[in-house]
Amino acid sequence: MIITKQKKFKDLLNSVGKGPVFILGCNECATLCHTGGEEEVLAMKDAFEKKQVRVSGWVILEPACHLNNDKRLLRSFKEELSKSKKILVLACGNGVQTITEIFDDKDIISGTDTLFLGEIKRVNEFDKRCNMCGECLLDLFGGLCPISRCPKSMLNGPCGGAKGGKCEINPDMDCVWDQIYNRLKQSGKLHLLEEIQKPKDWSKSLEMRREI
Amino acid sequence: MNFRSHLDEVLSSSKFAVTAEIGPPKGSDPNIITKKAEMLKGYADAFNITDNQTAVVRMSSIAGCCILLKMNMEPIMQMTCRDRNRIALQSDVLGASALGIKNLLCLTGDHQSFGNHPSAKGVFDIDSMQLIQIVKNMRDKGIFQNGDNILARRPDVFIGAAANPFADPFELRIDRLRKKIKAGVDFIQTQSVYNLDKFNKWMDEVKSNGLDKKVHILAGVTPLKSLKMAERMKFYVPGVDVPDTIYDRMKNANDPKKEGYEIALEIVRELKNINGIHGVHITALFWEDIIPSLVEETGIRTMH
Repeated sequence: MIITKQKKFKDLLNSVGKGPVFILGCNECATLCHTGGEEEVLAMKDAFEKKQVRVSGWVILEPACHLNNDKRLLRSFKEELSKSKKILVLACGNGVQTITEIFDDKDIISGTDTLFLGEIKRVNEFDKRCNMCGECLLDLFGGLCPISRCPKSMLNGPCGGAKGGKCEINPDMDCVWDQIYNRLKQSGKLHLLEEIQKPKDWSKSLEMRREI
Repeated sequence: MNFRSHLDEVLSSSKFAVTAEIGPPKGSDPNIITKKAEMLKGYADAFNITDNQTAVVRMSSIAGCCILLKMNMEPIMQMTCRDRNRIALQSDVLGASALGIKNLLCLTGDHQSFGNHPSAKGVFDIDSMQLIQIVKNMRDKGIFQNGDNILARRPDVFIGAAANPFADPFELRIDRLRKKIKAGVDFIQTQSVYNLDKFNKWMDEVKSNGLDKKVHILAGVTPLKSLKMAERMKFYVPGVDVPDTIYDRMKNANDPKKEGYEIALEIVRELKNINGIHGVHITALFWEDIIPSLVEETGIRTMH
């Protein structure tokens, strides 16, 4: 799941100016993050209209990052779209750029900040889980990722700062190395930590494109 | 026998070593280092120059080390993985060696969120374990991290690292020390010791695993200058363990500065009697002028 948060309304208001604006949401991640589902798109529409900003239309994309789906869906909104110079996208950074690709004559406004790839813990509670490093090492660490979950991305952790299972940079955050240790101990695989993990090949995360 | 550095020589001949930390200034004035160094000359075998400690921008470690070299004092250059990737780190290892720096301390580094530029991007391309191994391979095999050969002189440095006997999980602390030894570390400077019981427990484990025979261990000492500092150490500095007994002594003291010094004296005296401890590393934060009397009164420099 791509975790997003909505930008401040006053900043969005500043970006759309007097409008009119067309609002796009996304039926996947942004819906589950409550940043760009139908409920949030309608709330945004109301909020704009209260500030006398005209909203020429809206639609929830299925999902925003799917170029062809977007093109197909937006075809039925030609008229509403033609009235707006500005399009506000309540989706992740990927969704916003897919829309940029479709329209070359409009101002595309990103309505969210994209935070991380993570899991939904509870409603409105999310935890980072992956840095998309291009070479998964989870098997070495009991299925827990030190690259995305240790602030220093230590492959030979823990550092000397963890206390009572909590991370030194945020006492509300679990030290992933403490979790790795406990998990490997429980499964009798502590020997995995004896190996010195070699410097990571970060070039694996530099892929910009993939065709199958 | 050829020694890599004076510190190597002291430790290898089973003498009790003293190292002391000199924090570079938040500015380009070399005299700040020169003054501290003049005051400390003769009171330690080698002097750590920190690398933007707690992620606060200061004069670079390599420059501070050069200032000491000019004064015929032996520096230990600290290197963290927070601000430089493997390209820059290896380049600095070569540069340091070219300039005559003979001791390196390999650290992962404090996270940038603790410092004065919390919006900086932390690098953390490699960690301290990998840095130790890279420097060791540069020195002993003459190769860079990518396997390429070093073409003109290997950096012949004495390799140090840190260990924290007080961090959690305790069981892992020994494994991690063993791993640093396997990576190639020559000497260890520990986190500042206040909790002697816990430190002894750690040292017992170190000795029963024979690790004190494989690496030189210098125990960290940081005199508490004030109650405020004791509070900061106890409650805010990650990885430091100030037990209630010490904290209460600081709290109830009429003269906390004097009490802090007394506590430091007691700790050094205890440490020098622990088997397997090869020296002390004194970090007197903003209180470097206390080091000469601490060294003299405990007699650690006459243990040669």
